[in-house]
Amino acid sequence: MTTAIKVENLSKAYQLGTIGTGTISRDIHRWWTTKILGNEDPFLKIGETNDRSTKGTSDIVWSLKDINFEIEQGDAVGIIGKNGAGKSTLLKLLSRVTAPTTGSVKVKGRVASLLEVGTGFHPELTGRENIYLNGAILGMRKKEITRKLDEIIDFSGVERYIDTPVKRYSSGMYVRLAFAVAAHLESEILIVDEVLAVGDAEFQKKCLGKMGEVSQGEGRTVLFVSHNMASVKSLCKKGMVLQHGHLNYSGEIDNAVGKYLGGNNQSLNYSVINETNQGFVLKTVGIKNTYSTFKDNILRDKEIMVEFSYDNQTTLESLYFNIKLKDDEGKYFLVTASDNERELVTIGENKAIMIIPAGFFNEGTYSMELMILNQSKNGYDQIFYDPDTLYFQILPEQRALGTWMGKEVGYIRHTFEWTT
Amino acid sequence: MQENQQEWDLIIDGKSSLFDLKLKDVWRYRDLLAMFVKRDFISGYKQTILGPLWFLIQPLFTTITFTFVFGNLAGLSSDGLPKPLFYMAGITAWGYFSDCLNKTSTVFAANAGIFGKVYFPRLIMPLTIVVSNLMRFGIQLLMFFILMGYFYVTGGAFNITWAVVLFPLLIVLMAFLGLGIGMIITAMTTKYKDLQFLIQFGVSLLMYATPVIYPLSAAPEKYKKWIELNPMTSIIETFRYAFLGSGEFSAWSLGYTTTVTLVIVLIGILFFNKTERTFIDTI
Repeated sequence: MTTAIKVENLSKAYQLGTIGTGTISRDIHRWWTTKILGNEDPFLKIGETNDRSTKGTSDIVWSLKDINFEIEQGDAVGIIGKNGAGKSTLLKLLSRVTAPTTGSVKVKGRVASLLEVGTGFHPELTGRENIYLNGAILGMRKKEITRKLDEIIDFSGVERYIDTPVKRYSSGMYVRLAFAVAAHLESEILIVDEVLAVGDAEFQKKCLGKMGEVSQGEGRTVLFVSHNMASVKSLCKKGMVLQHGHLNYSGEIDNAVGKYLGGNNQSLNYSVINETNQGFVLKTVGIKNTYSTFKDNILRDKEIMVEFSYDNQTTLESLYFNIKLKDDEGKYFLVTASDNERELVTIGENKAIMIIPAGFFNEGTYSMELMILNQSKNGYDQIFYDPDTLYFQILPEQRALGTWMGKEVGYIRHTFEWTT
Repeated sequence: MQENQQEWDLIIDGKSSLFDLKLKDVWRYRDLLAMFVKRDFISGYKQTILGPLWFLIQPLFTTITFTFVFGNLAGLSSDGLPKPLFYMAGITAWGYFSDCLNKTSTVFAANAGIFGKVYFPRLIMPLTIVVSNLMRFGIQLLMFFILMGYFYVTGGAFNITWAVVLFPLLIVLMAFLGLGIGMIITAMTTKYKDLQFLIQFGVSLLMYATPVIYPLSAAPEKYKKWIELNPMTSIIETFRYAFLGSGEFSAWSLGYTTTVTLVIVLIGILFFNKTERTFIDTI
């Protein structure tokens, strides 16, 4: 395996505010200190990380700060992060639209970047002419385009209009044609921004399918930026999470998506409780996919188990687990309870396991409220209660390329039995 | 260890080497240059009835106006040449230079959209302008030749001289001079746009400091030296000498122009390449 892209200490500073007469005195000051006196740039020293919501004192912000990573040849890497995390800046630097403030990027192979589809399309030119123009802008040679022309026209599905100026096209046709050109680039490294958020669902499928073909089938290196976790997960094996211009995580895509969705709230798949009440010790509560560990991410298309481990030292008559699930806004959407009180009260160390069938939950972030009751002659007796026992994420399944990538609504996404 | 052995195809970093002209990169993208020129040409006259003929209207009317105002009203010398021929020679040559200069001087601002989305050697854009304008220049030149033919038939006093062989050199000089100055200006206007205002009327004023509406021989001795410092002077004079046989030809001043042009183009490319790296952040 050879390295296709190596990024070292990459940083990019931007200046806030407007450029006007005020900036020229500062430019002169800067030029004087750095070029004549040979000192460090005083304005970059006081730069701050890029956090939009807080008011800073400096008007220089680091859109990216000390980013280091390597990408192996043939990897498909998803870059995720909130708006303003530095994704676009990173793409701009990698595609040479602007130069870094410090640090370097080393690349092996030809890079083609798609920060936008249809860059340079001219409304007066026909579809065919624009294929040549756009292809050339993206770095293709003329004969290369001629060789692929039929394929491009075929992929775009606008054959009938190919000799009509593109200003007569519908916006959908325009995008189809533009993507068709981009999809037929022959570079070793392909950098793609969220250009897929265009066109109708059918065409989106086609685009993602093509991208998958490029990365998996042809073994090219792909960098893909998107907010759509389902498509990132389907396309990419590895992921990078950017936050406020720093590289927060780099590694397996599942973990990256988990990190991103987790955001600021630490997710809590497994919680050690050790609380004693009436001789009953609730030791731990955890949720995971049945055949994985508590450290792994929970996937929605695999069976899920919730495990309660406890030590029962007294003779409780019965145990009753009441579980309520809430969404990330604290709204209840599900309530369930145990129904085998007698079996649960064995003396000694014990484990109660609740199985949730595969594909039951929709993707999302949920929290679990747990209440444990002892049912006796006197009625119900509460022996444990915690409104936020667990806080966990259900990650989307890896969908087949070419299927719909949007997020479904709701919390439960169970497939019921159908008959005719 | 592996990393030392690896050869990188491309290294992007914060520093730029000053004397890397990146001409190899430009050569690799030559097809793009051709495509841009084609785009300019096609989009220029699409949905017009007269098409490229419109390129002729402007110099034609300017010639008529100049003949009337400077030739007949002001009575400026035309070196014994038929007046329309004299003015059109100047206007055609000057027009090419000033078109190159004007359009090149806004190349960053005018193409910020496309430059902000995709990388290709930025030099392609000013080169496109020079080549696109060449087509326009060619059409105008054709009209000039037709006018020459008309005056030849009607017995106007002019003759073509050996200096016609220098014509390709003149074109290159005009193109490079316009390109060089334009690139310096566009590089300087990405952050502070003040110069843009200067260039708008500066170029039209510069025409009066160049022997376009008067022959160099008619300039007062006192100012002649200054006019000769203008690198465009010898280009226009040589152009007229070549096709009409009037004016002066001086190898010295053409050599001077060539030197100045080369220096300006070199400075222009260096400036341009330095600016292209991050101009998108400040424009």
